[in-house]
Amino acid sequence: MIEQDVLERVLAGAVSDGADFAEVYAEDKRSTSAGLDDGRVEQVTSGRDRGAGIRVVAGDTTGFAYTSDLTEPGLEAAAGAAAAAASQGGGGVRTVALTASAPHRPNRVEQDPDTVAKAAKVELLNRMDDAARSYGPEIVQVSAGYGDSRKNVLVANTDGVMTSDEVVRTLLRISAVADGDTGMQTGYQSMGHTIGFEVFNSVDVEELAREAARQAITKLRARPAPSGAMPVVIKHGTGGVLFHEACGHGLEADIIAKGASVYAGKVGQQVASPLVTLVDDGTMPGEWGTLGFDDEGHITQRNVLIEDGMLSDYMWDFLRARKEGRPQSGNGRRQSYQHLPMVRMTNTFVLDGPDDADDIIASTPNGVYVSKLGGGSVNTATGDFVFGMTEAYLIENGEITEPLRDGNLIGNGPKVLQDIDMLANDFSMGSPGTCGKDGQGVPVGDGQPTLRVKSLTIGGTSS
Amino acid sequence: MSAFESELQIVADRVIDQARSGEQIEAFVARGGETEVRVYEGDVEHFVSAQSEGIGIRVIVDGRTGFAYAGTLDDSAIAEVLAEARDNVQFGTVDEWAALAEPDGVAVTEQTLWNEELADFPTDQKIDLAKELEKLASGADPRVRVDDSNYADAYGESAVASTTGIRMSGRENGCYVSVSTLADEGEGDDAETQTGFGFSVGRSPSEFDLDRAAREAADRATRLLGATQPPSKRLTVVLDPFVTAQFLGVISSTLNGEAVVKGRSLFRDRLGDEVAASIVTFVDDPTNPKAYTATDVDGEGLAARRNVLIEDGVLKKFVHNSYSARRAGTVSTGNATRGGFAGTPGVGCLAISLVPGDRSQEELIADVDDGLLVQQMQGLHSGVNPISGDFSTGAAGLLIENGTLGAPVREITIASTLQRMLLDIVEVGGDIDWLPMNSAGMSLVISDVTMSGA
Repeated sequence: MIEQDVLERVLAGAVSDGADFAEVYAEDKRSTSAGLDDGRVEQVTSGRDRGAGIRVVAGDTTGFAYTSDLTEPGLEAAAGAAAAAASQGGGGVRTVALTASAPHRPNRVEQDPDTVAKAAKVELLNRMDDAARSYGPEIVQVSAGYGDSRKNVLVANTDGVMTSDEVVRTLLRISAVADGDTGMQTGYQSMGHTIGFEVFNSVDVEELAREAARQAITKLRARPAPSGAMPVVIKHGTGGVLFHEACGHGLEADIIAKGASVYAGKVGQQVASPLVTLVDDGTMPGEWGTLGFDDEGHITQRNVLIEDGMLSDYMWDFLRARKEGRPQSGNGRRQSYQHLPMVRMTNTFVLDGPDDADDIIASTPNGVYVSKLGGGSVNTATGDFVFGMTEAYLIENGEITEPLRDGNLIGNGPKVLQDIDMLANDFSMGSPGTCGKDGQGVPVGDGQPTLRVKSLTIGGTSS
Repeated sequence: MSAFESELQIVADRVIDQARSGEQIEAFVARGGETEVRVYEGDVEHFVSAQSEGIGIRVIVDGRTGFAYAGTLDDSAIAEVLAEARDNVQFGTVDEWAALAEPDGVAVTEQTLWNEELADFPTDQKIDLAKELEKLASGADPRVRVDDSNYADAYGESAVASTTGIRMSGRENGCYVSVSTLADEGEGDDAETQTGFGFSVGRSPSEFDLDRAAREAADRATRLLGATQPPSKRLTVVLDPFVTAQFLGVISSTLNGEAVVKGRSLFRDRLGDEVAASIVTFVDDPTNPKAYTATDVDGEGLAARRNVLIEDGVLKKFVHNSYSARRAGTVSTGNATRGGFAGTPGVGCLAISLVPGDRSQEELIADVDDGLLVQQMQGLHSGVNPISGDFSTGAAGLLIENGTLGAPVREITIASTLQRMLLDIVEVGGDIDWLPMNSAGMSLVISDVTMSGA
């Protein structure tokens, strides 16, 4: 994308006014997406995003500028703007010598989506539309989307780091609307991986569509969700967002540094039930949050955040790690070249526990079983977090009974982590997610075995 | 966008000049820039200064649509975008209603959306504003510290041209300051932190009210100190103006013409029906210069206009772009939205408000015996289903007992359905506030909402 000698000159120029550190992050991304709605392929979209973000750090101040001009003069202009923004005086000449890192590719891409005919991509959507509509006459509307992208990333900095990576993504989503006497209900399914089009050799896209249709139709006979606190059982592979919100964000070192997390100062302490071991792992082959290198050129790794309930570490990016004089953890990420990196999760999940999933339900006299979660959000300073349930049932006398209408659940992170009293041995990863923080969205994965929280507040209307 | 003959218009014109026989082509070209300053503990934490530009091209042939975009305006890239958009046409399904917008003769309400004072505003004063706001917020109360204090501004310039005769360009700029606060109380295991925020927006920095932003940020955080989880019950809620604005945003998605023609709106067959309390008049008016999202043209280049969607509780109209209007057998209401050059126009409200009442929040609260003042909502994206109407969000606020504010509460949800909430609106406050979003806010009283807690 950019020649090494150009990078070395641009970086040296960026720190010539005395800054401590400079970095070039360049990306070239090609994407294809297709949307089907109301029985029609509405359009196929081709996109090209290409540019570089340049960061200059002087003391505690970061200057940042970006440009879509990847020529040497274009990069120099952006570097000049970033350096001026960070400018603290000083001066001197520094030379920068870059050493290219060996490639690190957790994912083997067999079929680059760029080489696949657009007709084959559109065909997936038509197949899903057919499958959802033929699932039942109650299905009155279907929308489906396909997306793929190939992003080449180059990171170089004045510490001599130079990495390049290629990230391929494929994504499919479907939403179905069912209509009945009680009004309309919706079902939603998605799948996303950091591998190529070969993923569709092993994924049954019709099954994904039928699942969305089944969910919508099931909810036509749903009753209002209860109101108040009760035990909640969350199905495996659907509830990773619980940990993402209940503690994931609160373990990000930038939030810790500002004293805006309930988990600040808690390393080495018991912060969760001893059943809980929480891991953030950017290296899991094919998962939605997987990267070879993070967006600061640091190799991704497996980080154990909570081990048997004990808080072992936070997640780190370059700036926060530098300030504490400790290694980065491969969690410096950004939405695009137009954004500054910050501490972000990758794939965040809880490891298997000792229990059997059926036993968990059978040993819950009354409560709620959530088999599909929506999004969530957290206030890291108070620990209060919410997440939506988009498919849920009552548990009565140890059995799953009636379906419930959509609603939010609310809990307090530190309390909920302690309240996890049963954890099954049926771990699976969940659906692809987009995590939002400070206006930036990045792809993340999550996963967990079936589990029970002793008490969570269900935000329904039925007493 | 303010009327302004942009050089981007030439780029857009050049693209549509290449249309072949039988092709409809639309080119949307945009360029923009931003400055963002974040201050922490008296120092600049980061300073972002950047520009970007790009083009999106839509091609329609015989009812099939193709689209492509690129984040650059290089001649070679533009040629590639046009070729890709043309190539993508063959994969679209024939849609008899697919067509570009055509000029509809509605006159543009001129607006002043460009401010020279902001365009010339010096960098060091931007930094000073963020530092000043941080100082004011942390000085407002001894329990308050500042998480971050920000100044941001942005400008945008765009042009659209189509083979159907649309030709429009303009530019706009704006700025805001914002501050996030933390309020602490107690020690050790009793230590507690609550959060707040404050902001001020303007076409130029001279319109900022830093004192108010700082005071509100401190008040929002300190008011919730000592909050506990109350038992569940049904009560009347008073939504704070900022919360009302978020609620109106959800309502607006049910009045979206695209959702209506595709059968996804719960109000799809209710035109002419009483869908809200008779005191409710819901207006979308981007020609109101007080609206933060005021604009003179919509995303397809048609004049933006005032539309009354619910009048005295009766559903009068849905909002449309040219496509959804054609399908519904009506005309565009000037409500095409466009998120930038990377997408095609959607449908949406542009600048929402309720016609305000005439009483203050204090007066509204005085009439509530058993209620909750909702200061913040959490999880609108996860617990609200605008197709089924189910409404459930996390909340925090203050209980209302016999007309006065009582104890702070947190870790609660409030729930009802959108259909019921509109009918259960008891009063619209007179405290209208134009917020940095596509909706104004005012206090809103809604009865019979379920609060879930312990």
